Amino acid sequence: MKLSSQWVREFADLKVDNRQLADDLTAAGIAVEAIAGEGENTVFEMEIGTNRPDAMNHYGVAREAAAIYNLLLRPIAPKLPDPGSAAAFPIEIQDATGCVRFTARVACDVRVAPSATRIAQRLALIDQRPINNAVDATNYTLWEMGKPTHAFDLDLLEGGKIIVRRAMNGEKLKTLDGVERTLTSEDLVVADAKKPVALAGVMGGFDTMITEKTRNLLIESAWWDPVTIRKTSRRHGLHTDASHRFERGADFESTLLSCNRVMELILESGGGQLQGNVIDVVARRLDQAPVALHISEVHRILGQKLDTQVIYGILHRLGFELIPERGGEFDFTVRIPSWRLDVEREIDLIEEIARLYGYDKFPNTLPAFAGSVVEQADSKKDEKLRSSLLGLGYNEAVSLTFISHEDAETFSNAPVIELANPISEEASIMRTSMLPGMLNMLSYNLNRGTNDVRLFEMGSVFQDQKTGMPRELKRISLGRTSPSPQQGETWPTQLFFDLKGDVETLLHAFEHKTLSYDSHLAEYFHPGRAARVVMDGATVAQFGQVHSEIAAKRKLRQEAYVAELSLDQLYRHGLRQIRYEALPRYPAVERDFSFLFPNEIIFAKIEQGVLSLALSELRSFKPIEIFRGGKLPAGKYSILLRATFQSRERTLREDEVADWSKQIVKALEKLGGEQRA
Amino acid sequence: MTYTVPKLKNYSAAALGKAAGKLVSALEQESAAVKNETVWKEFRDRWVGRKSGVLTQINELWLKAAPKEAKREVGQLVNELKKEVENTVELTLQRIRTGAAESRLTAERLDITLPGNHRPLGAEHPVIKTMNEIVSVFRNLGYSVEDGPVIETDYYNFEALNFPPNHPARDTQDTLFVANQESKPLRERLLLRTHTSPVQIRTMEKMKPPIRIVIPGKVHRNDPPDASHSPMFHQIEGLAVDTNITFGDLKGTLDHAMKALFGSSVKTSFRPSFFPFTEPSAEMLVSCFICGGSGKRGAEPCRPCKLTGWIEILGCGMVDPNVFEFVKHNGYDPQKISGFAFGMGADRIAILKYGVDDIQLFFNGDVRFLQQFA
Ligand SMILES: [Zn+2]
Repeated sequence: MKLSSQWVREFADLKVDNRQLADDLTAAGIAVEAIAGEGENTVFEMEIGTNRPDAMNHYGVAREAAAIYNLLLRPIAPKLPDPGSAAAFPIEIQDATGCVRFTARVACDVRVAPSATRIAQRLALIDQRPINNAVDATNYTLWEMGKPTHAFDLDLLEGGKIIVRRAMNGEKLKTLDGVERTLTSEDLVVADAKKPVALAGVMGGFDTMITEKTRNLLIESAWWDPVTIRKTSRRHGLHTDASHRFERGADFESTLLSCNRVMELILESGGGQLQGNVIDVVARRLDQAPVALHISEVHRILGQKLDTQVIYGILHRLGFELIPERGGEFDFTVRIPSWRLDVEREIDLIEEIARLYGYDKFPNTLPAFAGSVVEQADSKKDEKLRSSLLGLGYNEAVSLTFISHEDAETFSNAPVIELANPISEEASIMRTSMLPGMLNMLSYNLNRGTNDVRLFEMGSVFQDQKTGMPRELKRISLGRTSPSPQQGETWPTQLFFDLKGDVETLLHAFEHKTLSYDSHLAEYFHPGRAARVVMDGATVAQFGQVHSEIAAKRKLRQEAYVAELSLDQLYRHGLRQIRYEALPRYPAVERDFSFLFPNEIIFAKIEQGVLSLALSELRSFKPIEIFRGGKLPAGKYSILLRATFQSRERTLREDEVADWSKQIVKALEKLGGEQRA
Repeated sequence: MTYTVPKLKNYSAAALGKAAGKLVSALEQESAAVKNETVWKEFRDRWVGRKSGVLTQINELWLKAAPKEAKREVGQLVNELKKEVENTVELTLQRIRTGAAESRLTAERLDITLPGNHRPLGAEHPVIKTMNEIVSVFRNLGYSVEDGPVIETDYYNFEALNFPPNHPARDTQDTLFVANQESKPLRERLLLRTHTSPVQIRTMEKMKPPIRIVIPGKVHRNDPPDASHSPMFHQIEGLAVDTNITFGDLKGTLDHAMKALFGSSVKTSFRPSFFPFTEPSAEMLVSCFICGGSGKRGAEPCRPCKLTGWIEILGCGMVDPNVFEFVKHNGYDPQKISGFAFGMGADRIAILKYGVDDIQLFFNGDVRFLQQFA
């Protein structure tokens, strides 16, 4: 919002320069964001909070400045002839909820013409387009004192009267912007005897507007109900300078003054005669309740024991009337000025005191505190996973929480949360999986020539619940691409097992009894190069290569491996308790076994076969080397396995190790293995 | 010329001295000629070998053959020579060993100016890192971390924060609404929280005063993405409620926090603002930590602070009594307690702190960007 500094200065004798004025207004909460132009063309770019419609105009800002510097504020006092009797133009308020007060004046034989240079220049300076003297008079008044008004061509009002009523459903009104609008029974309109002539408080009607042909006119200045105006403004997508102010609350007492001011400006510029006196219909009085002020409450909230004199002075300068209440429960009864609809409570007065006193003048203090810091249940687990991933070389990433319909269908069958007003079609669903975001990031990197990508993201996925709040489930996604674009034979194996190792590192931080891997996988994974991880009977993760169809659809230029961990499941397990275990004092003995196995005997079976022997001194059993193809018989593979034996009590004897080895060989043969030389 | 032990004809002192001198000089000559361990072994065997080494020979040829009257003198000489020989053999070995080690080390020399092999550490995301830093400042001040849902109801996001239905202040929030909510009462309708402030209410509903909490989290607005806007970003909210919290405490706490975050020379300034859920409300500025408050970087203007030397960093205020009314039943009687709240954008602070020129960089996972924060 732009305001002219010279216009502001018209109402108070400000001694300070524009820079200082801007700083002082800003410090009092009437923010001047920027200053443009020079001298009498200086323009302040204002940022006024929604709660201060009274300051969204020149007089309002002058009023603040006068309070800051303790100066006299020059009133706006229009001079009009007194025609004696009231104008004979009936105004009927049928809806007293929507319209509290309707003030009007009528003038005849007005000459509609371009405004005087002074008026036109002022409006142009603050980016308002001058139209003609009558319309400009209403606009000038709006920017001068913040009160929207409207001028009708009197001769186009049919039936000689004005009615304020709700529109009828389907009733039509062509507004000033030339758009024909279909009204509803919730819209408040100004109507003549036959038709709506204005969308109340929002925009006037096209058919009754002021034109060069207009001779006789009627000025409206009303007080409209903020909620009604806001609803109509939103319903019709019409945000105007008028609606902006009315929906924030106008000054009840200003209808008369603004009506007079507009009329004064019109008569000054266009001649004509006032027809009768002002018509002022008050459906109900809008009285702001006085507020009780306790000095002790001011001190309690602000912390500094401001003098009663200081408090009195500030509020008085701002137009509040303070009536001392001696011996009463409180110290002052404060009458609220009509332009301050935002001040309703004692705390509002306290803010007025603080802002005019100057926020920076209050000493900084630190409160004493008796409570203690409470840890979040999962913060240690989050931190453990995050630091492990960083250590493993994964970069922490954050992707947007939205996904497309298509991704929602591909990556989850959970019920989705859809947005009513999404940024775009691609961002219309709250993510049900972390993987679309991860794949987008992988492909973003691959498309920019970064090949060796490692990313992780901690976040939530969202699932609709038929009733109540949606579920927000914590997840971690991991993403990994091959270090080079060559699709060699060894990369898939290496990437899969690298990723598996990383997933295991993460999972081993948690207490559990069993951890197993199987191929019950989501369809977006490669069926042969991915795994589901089950910890103590519950799925905690899925990982592996992305299905080739998905990769092709997303134009991934390299093989991509991803993992998704369900933290809601994983966090049911505590972090592994670290306990010291005595270091072994006796040497370990290793024995290698070279075997040929049918392909269907996977390592899990071999391991299970050996572990079921329950050899108490067997410390580990691991595959060392695997070989496929070559001269091996079809359907078989060769594997070198290593058993490590160690006792806590003694050095192992050669004969017992030989015996265990024999048992292992037997178990492996039972599985269909052939020992190789 | 290999040394051979001569038979002695003359046992005079002079003759003995001469024979010993020859032996010693031969010993030194041969020792000097030893270049590796194999040669050394031959050298050793010839001189101290038990069967026919020089020492054995002088024992036989010189001492045993000596006439009785010369035995004492010859014995003494042989002993001295024995020490000398053994010592030289040992020193010879040490010498060649040292020499071999040196030449091996020379051969093994690397070009230490070649670049190191990097096993890259993962980098913390700059926004998460910033959030963690801010949270930790407040943890040190006794604040507990709280969180709450990203998909909120109208009640928690607006109504209980003193945004009445149809209030214009709602317009400033650019809310993303969940679809198909029309059949529900307004306060139950779902939306994406536009700020972390709903967690204030949720926490006050479950915990009685006094409380001090800090709430980091994701928020969403209907802002199409561009260099300075993102429909998703991160906020950190704070709330302190007790029987004695004042506006001075709000200022002091935030001033302390900013000094902990940006350095002790940073100054703060507060100016009036408007938020429905605080009264009085304020905007806090910190003296620009990039240009030190001068508005200039050398001869260049400082863009982050728009030349003013100050940066708007957060919104704050005393908790509005209307907000307490919504949780009054849980011990939040606005006549007895008071509190302050504040909220700041973590993304914006990270942008300022690291001089990032496009907020989109935070959310596309570009490794070239992320690795800069490792
Ligand atoms: Zn700066």
